[in-house]
Amino acid sequence: MTGVVLVLTVFLACAVEAVEALTIVLAAGTSRNWRSALQGTAAALVTLAVTVAALGPAIGLIPLRALRLAVGALLLVFGLQWLRKAILRASGHKALHDEAGAYARQVAAAGAAAGGGRGVVSDWYAFTLSFKGVLLEGLEVVFIVVTFGTSQGSVPLAVLGAVAAVVAVTGVGLAVRAPLARVPENTMKFAVGIMLTAFGTFWSAEGAGAAWPGADAALLVLIPALALLGLGAVALLRRTRPPGGPAAGTGAPAPVGKGSTP
Amino acid sequence: MKWIRSFALFWYDFVVGDDWRVAAGVAVALGATAGLVHGAGVNAWWLLPVAVVLLLGLSLRRAVTRAR
Repeated sequence: MTGVVLVLTVFLACAVEAVEALTIVLAAGTSRNWRSALQGTAAALVTLAVTVAALGPAIGLIPLRALRLAVGALLLVFGLQWLRKAILRASGHKALHDEAGAYARQVAAAGAAAGGGRGVVSDWYAFTLSFKGVLLEGLEVVFIVVTFGTSQGSVPLAVLGAVAAVVAVTGVGLAVRAPLARVPENTMKFAVGIMLTAFGTFWSAEGAGAAWPGADAALLVLIPALALLGLGAVALLRRTRPPGGPAAGTGAPAPVGKGSTP
Repeated sequence: MKWIRSFALFWYDFVVGDDWRVAAGVAVALGATAGLVHGAGVNAWWLLPVAVVLLLGLSLRRAVTRAR
């Protein structure tokens, strides 16, 4: 796998999660207290960075074949979850994630909550909301960064993809000061689902002892084949979409739309 | 006790997700691949892609049927 594919996969996965985390932080900041919301965000980012720093080298000590079997199996299960939900959303069988609606609900809940702070945190609710949101959305990214990075022997490159996504999403979020409702989340999730499933299939089969025809070049067949499978499933399921179903009226072309955490 | 249960449920949901049959199917397919490679000397690289197509298809079918 080239470094470009590694960075791109982690970038896309991280960008999707960063958009969702940004919605939560914006809601906590605008409706409660910006200082506490940013403190919560910083605390969660530090926790995630420590997790990557601790898990990366520890996982790197496992023999490569056993690592690829375990990591590949986990990535495959994870990737199939992402792909399944992206297909269901794109075909109209599952409601599209509404970032603007999620923002409105978070703002309403934050506004109704009681105030109060502890120590240097002046608003505990805003801190906790931001911390929890960033930590939970970031855990999937950590999983992908650590597994992809260690399997390819390049955790720093995977971290680079994750950091680039966070910086890009944060930059746009600060510029528009609103949840990024127009980001094609479901398309990104569809692409990440395909990549995770392809690499999971490749690595876990290798870990189980199988040898792929063409070695690494097999990925160049697996990835487009899975993309075709996903697009075919979307086209097929669109024909059976119930009238007035969850995503009716969105007009999302396959597989464009918006999704959420699988 | 409640905290441990919540912690376990979080990780189950995080790793396994909505359809446990997919995770179980992946485990069975990997076991069969290893069995064919190491037990029968068959280079069964093809088994996992076939399993992926079947598992994804069946999972989507279950989800669509359940939603109706």
